Amino acid sequence: MAEAAFLELDRVAKRHGDRAALDGVSLAVAAGSFVALVGPSGSGKTTLLKTINRLVEQDEGCVRLGGDDVRATAPARLRRGIGYVFQGIGLFPHMDVAANVAIALRLAGVPAAEREGRVAELLDLVALPRDFAHRRPAALSGGQAQRVGLARALAARPPLMLMDEPFGALDPVTRDELGRAYRALHEQLGLTTIMVTHDMTEALLLADRIVVLIDGRIRADAAPAALMREGGDAEVRALLDVPRRQAERLAALGGTA
Amino acid sequence: MSGAVQEALAALPELVRAHVLLSAAALGIALVVGLPLALWAAGHRRARVPLLAAVSLIQTIPALALLALFYPMLLIVDRAAHLTLPALGFLPALIALSLYALLPIVRNAVAAREGLDPNVLEAADGVGMTRGQRLRLVELPLGAPVLLAGIRTAAVWTIGAATLATTVGQPSLGNLIFSGLQTEDWVRVLVGCAAAAALAVVADMLLALIESGLARASSRRTLAGTGLLLAALAASQVSWSAGAARERAVIGAKNFSEQYILAAAMADRLHAAGYAAQAKEDLGSATAYRALAAGDIDVYVDYGGTLWANVLKRADTPPAPVLRAALTTELARRDGVLVLGSLGFENAYALAMRRSRAQALGVRSLDDLGRASPGLALGSDIEFLSRPEWRSVASAYGLRFAATRSFSPTFMYRAIADGSVDVISAFSSDGRIAALDLVTLADPRRALPSYEALLLVSPRRAHDARFLAALRPLVGAIPIERMRQANLMVDRDSDKKSPAEAARWLLPPKP
Repeated sequence: MAEAAFLELDRVAKRHGDRAALDGVSLAVAAGSFVALVGPSGSGKTTLLKTINRLVEQDEGCVRLGGDDVRATAPARLRRGIGYVFQGIGLFPHMDVAANVAIALRLAGVPAAEREGRVAELLDLVALPRDFAHRRPAALSGGQAQRVGLARALAARPPLMLMDEPFGALDPVTRDELGRAYRALHEQLGLTTIMVTHDMTEALLLADRIVVLIDGRIRADAAPAALMREGGDAEVRALLDVPRRQAERLAALGGTA
Repeated sequence: MSGAVQEALAALPELVRAHVLLSAAALGIALVVGLPLALWAAGHRRARVPLLAAVSLIQTIPALALLALFYPMLLIVDRAAHLTLPALGFLPALIALSLYALLPIVRNAVAAREGLDPNVLEAADGVGMTRGQRLRLVELPLGAPVLLAGIRTAAVWTIGAATLATTVGQPSLGNLIFSGLQTEDWVRVLVGCAAAAALAVVADMLLALIESGLARASSRRTLAGTGLLLAALAASQVSWSAGAARERAVIGAKNFSEQYILAAAMADRLHAAGYAAQAKEDLGSATAYRALAAGDIDVYVDYGGTLWANVLKRADTPPAPVLRAALTTELARRDGVLVLGSLGFENAYALAMRRSRAQALGVRSLDDLGRASPGLALGSDIEFLSRPEWRSVASAYGLRFAATRSFSPTFMYRAIADGSVDVISAFSSDGRIAALDLVTLADPRRALPSYEALLLVSPRRAHDARFLAALRPLVGAIPIERMRQANLMVDRDSDKKSPAEAARWLLPPKP
């Protein structure tokens, strides 16, 4: 650990009752990387993600962002500098799309006139028509709603994006489309992204680095290609076997056609 | 009839003012206490169940009992802490109504908070809202319909229950309802009910406007609703009476026709003397005297025997002049209360028979009745047979009736009229004694105590020469026959008069 990483988790531990959700997790993430946190349900990946923006407070250990302990910053201020997208989306139903997208700017005290221009920019960025600005969340499809969620998270130009199963509730076509669109934004805006997913295929196809979490411990940490090549212990291999077998069967179907 | 309408309408502005002030203050307190409680309970799951149970428990107490309970409670607090809290009137009514309004406010506020989508709350935290911003920008607007529904329920309940404040001496629209019920003056009852209902509807509509404004996040609607609500509150508080500059004099009255008539007669006299006279009606016997001693009311009429037994705790039955003299010195010494004098009549328990029946049996006095009683049936009101007066008179004259039956007063008079009973326990000033041609039997052994109607003045007014001069003409001015006639004018079923009309007949204003 010679140079300070952009994001650093140092022996982070969290207990739920007498069960360890996180059992001393250490992880260093360089600026600009796209990390997928993968693992079965209950492995602690969402808990780990939420310690970064303090939606969960760890019992032990330390999370450092840009070298500073995140607990030194008040939660609300900290979160305004970090994009957060999650499966539940959570658009504010009493505000229109524009107000939803601009909420972080409003909290930061950006004047209304300035916010309007930025909303148009953000709608362009997530490939939504500008006239969506005045729609209510109830009038959006699931994919459209998550695009708005994405625009809302990007509004304040955060360098770090935390994504918790962001495309989990979408149909496969939308899911794939939105995944690839986000990957492009990640490059274009120079973001650092931590994405939680239980879908190994999605992780392998989108991320630069895969961290496998099982029972609150990191069991594998490698680039997708290296992970597919080298695998890990039995449980990690079991996770990797699913996409591999699917790919083989699909290829076999293609071969017989 | 139009006289009764006019009279009820004339009393309306002042009663509406008092009613709105009480209801709004109670609702305000319930909001100030209830909303933070609910907010706190939302964050403390374990506190929620006991909190909701506690506010529900309050609701199970009948509103009337809750109001009445605060009287002794405030007296105890008063004594323990050596404060001079008014145990009657605004304060007990305010506390009781505030507690009553808590349930719908707290329950709906908790429900509003619980009904919020957890994803929306997570997003609010995720984008970096502080607790205050989350409350203002997300929880309040989204919870507004449920929250406001609770406030609307509370407002309608409070405005309705505020009519009961009359019973603890706080003027409200209940004054019209209770006095109207007592004298069977349905115009007064209807005017009181209609006014209370109108207030409730207006409050509900304005709150509905605010609710729709919050739900649609339309600040124009919200502001319009809030503005109209405040304007309506302010308008109701403007004093419409021309005599606003007059000094206030508060007249107490218990809850029956004679008391209303005498209160109205005193109000006429005090008004003529330049006071703004205000009545606190429907007071209980014990509360009326305490209210006078405490200066919450300035004057009222009570009966010698009642004061003798209830205030001085005496069990003997001295003759009227002795009793009056003893009361005059004792009440002045104890509480500084002035006994201004006797009005000239008694309202005592008296045993009465139909004239024809009494003559046929040769019964003129209770001595005669003692001899005849084994062949007769006694009808009494509900409490007479358990009172010391009955034990005293029964043992003095050896009364042993063949049968005794208890009735509510109205049916007791019906029973003697149709001959179901031979003797009843009447009130000596009751107008129905004359109307039914009854005779009251003489009490040569003075077994029944004297119940002279006495004019009592509060310590505060005991040396107010103008006040005393206004009331002194009433002393000795009302013979029993005229009081009976005046009571009958109010109590009878046809050609009914209001207490104020009866008061003007009883004591015509000086030209």
